[in-house]
Amino acid sequence: MAWNAPRRRLASRGVSVYPWVAAYSFRRHAAYPLGAFAEAITNTVFGFVRAWIVLALWDARPGLGGYTAADAVAFCFITQAMIGPVQIFGGLELTQRIRSGEVAVDLHRPVDLQGWWLADDLGRAAGTLALRGVPPMAAGLWAFDLTLPGPAGWAAFAAAMLLAVVTGFALRYLVALTAFWLHDDRGMQAVSLIMSMFFSGMVLPLVVFPGALGEIARMLPWAALIQMPADVFLGRCSGAELWSVYAFQAFWAAVLLAAGRALTAAARRRLVIHGG
Amino acid sequence: MIEVRDVRKTFTVRSGRLRRRRTMVRAVDGVSFTVREGEFVGYLGSNGAGKSTTIKMLTGILTPTSGSVRVAGLDPARRRTALARRIGVVFGQRTTLWWDLPLRDSLTLIRHLYRVDPVEHRRRLEELTELLDLGPFLGTPVRQLSLGQRMRGDLAAALLHAPPLLVLDEPTIGLDVVSKATVRGFLERLNAEHGTTILLTTHDLGDIERLCRRVMIIDRGRLAYDGDLERLRTSVAADRMLVVDLARPAPPVQLDGIGVERVDGPRQWLRVPRGMNAAAVVAALARRYEIADIALREPDIEEVVTRLYRTSGAFGAE
Ligand SMILES: Nc1ncnc2c1ncn2[C@@H]1O[C@H](COP(=O)(O)OP(=O)(O)OP(=O)(O)O)[C@@H](O)[C@H]1O
Ligand SMILES: [Mg+2]
Repeated sequence: MAWNAPRRRLASRGVSVYPWVAAYSFRRHAAYPLGAFAEAITNTVFGFVRAWIVLALWDARPGLGGYTAADAVAFCFITQAMIGPVQIFGGLELTQRIRSGEVAVDLHRPVDLQGWWLADDLGRAAGTLALRGVPPMAAGLWAFDLTLPGPAGWAAFAAAMLLAVVTGFALRYLVALTAFWLHDDRGMQAVSLIMSMFFSGMVLPLVVFPGALGEIARMLPWAALIQMPADVFLGRCSGAELWSVYAFQAFWAAVLLAAGRALTAAARRRLVIHGG
Repeated sequence: MIEVRDVRKTFTVRSGRLRRRRTMVRAVDGVSFTVREGEFVGYLGSNGAGKSTTIKMLTGILTPTSGSVRVAGLDPARRRTALARRIGVVFGQRTTLWWDLPLRDSLTLIRHLYRVDPVEHRRRLEELTELLDLGPFLGTPVRQLSLGQRMRGDLAAALLHAPPLLVLDEPTIGLDVVSKATVRGFLERLNAEHGTTILLTTHDLGDIERLCRRVMIIDRGRLAYDGDLERLRTSVAADRMLVVDLARPAPPVQLDGIGVERVDGPRQWLRVPRGMNAAAVVAALARRYEIADIALREPDIEEVVTRLYRTSGAFGAE
């Protein structure tokens, strides 16, 4: 009955906890096929609506932004498929946990708060990809003539996707942390939603943004979420260009994650936990 | 094990929409105490007294505004991660378990979190399963557990890494009599057999009476009492109650200095002020009435604490 005796084993290095967090999160997000189905349908329907609008637009102005009509339609469906994994509409469960004070439990764990939620989010993205990402893409392929990558293109796209998910997480984590300071985060959520919809290329490809606005939009972190992976998907980046895309994404991911760390430390210092 | 010196925590509360007013809430206002290895200490206080705030500072979740805290040899705010490996915490109103996972999986995740050796984990889990009777719901998703089941799961989760110190913030809140008894019995054994030091916050004085030799009472951020339970009873000078069964019903008895609290047929409840000789009261009664039965009741802890809350301020910590 002596529990406390063998302290020496405590330091035994098992596998780190993060892969497990990701694995359980994956299972959780792959576990609600009905909800996932509803979202997949919605994303698919919007894919069709966007494709028809885009076809009308490219019919009037062929080659707009350097895209062919097949590129533009592919852009619609691949970005619809990315909505779930990148979670472009924003939100992180952490916000509610800060709001309710549940975060006290998270903060007590002997792990890094950001690392924990990143692992959770990677699991979520993977779980979401299969259930919510594949259907719109498949439907688009069936109904339209799309630009598709070859095997190497798919691999390049997968890497860009991973970086997009990490960058997206880093942004959403920053937004979530503001709940420690702001009593009402609706304004923050609304602003971040507009920014990410508009500057990611979700509403319109950034390639059609005119002049300086386009230049700026392509330099902001949101471009790393949708526009860049989509361009990789369309095979518009190869060789050195591909690496510069990855570097751009990795740069923003690193900057935003570092900002998240600093903000976490600040939150800890003047932390207020809500509720008894 | 725990060493707290003159700790304060002040919250700034902003109110008002346009003209923002800032008010300072002194949640914990200069508290000092020491808890030694192997002790089982109750931490009492009315709502908003500062109990949870104290516990959050002990676990490193909140940084004290001033004062010093050492727990298991560490400064909690600075060494939060190292500390988490040495203590177990249960926040009764929250859960460390994952809603969507079966209890067993939550416990596995916690094993990885604390890097517990698989063999040791299995042994402890077996023991905890038996003591807390987790068997029937190990495979049930946490969201489907009853409150009592969840609380037992949370206790197991807090103890899987065998911490020498367990801090509990209202672990029996909302539990029925049977669940409470299970939890109390478990904590008692944990303290007695494993020597685990336990700090227990509760509103349930039954918990305290059953488990703790020592109590600390916090009132409006200050320690109002720190000492053993028996001394609390006597020092608060709560009155004793003399319950007499007269041979036949009678109007309330008339005795100097004695108030009649209640009359129910032949039974009467007489309040005997602290310091008055109960034997003399009984003798005086026997001279005037025919007595069928008699019982002297020590004030129960509930009464003592109520009195303490009412009079504190006049009541300094020692
Ligand atoms: N995050 C916060 N911001 C502002 N004030 C707070 C905060 N947390 C606690 N307080 C205040 O600090 C005081 C002590 O709160 P605490 O939660 O420690 O009480 P408690 O003793 O645990 O009470 P209960 O028995 O109701 O759980 C209360 O007056 C409360 O309003
Ligand atoms: Mg409390």
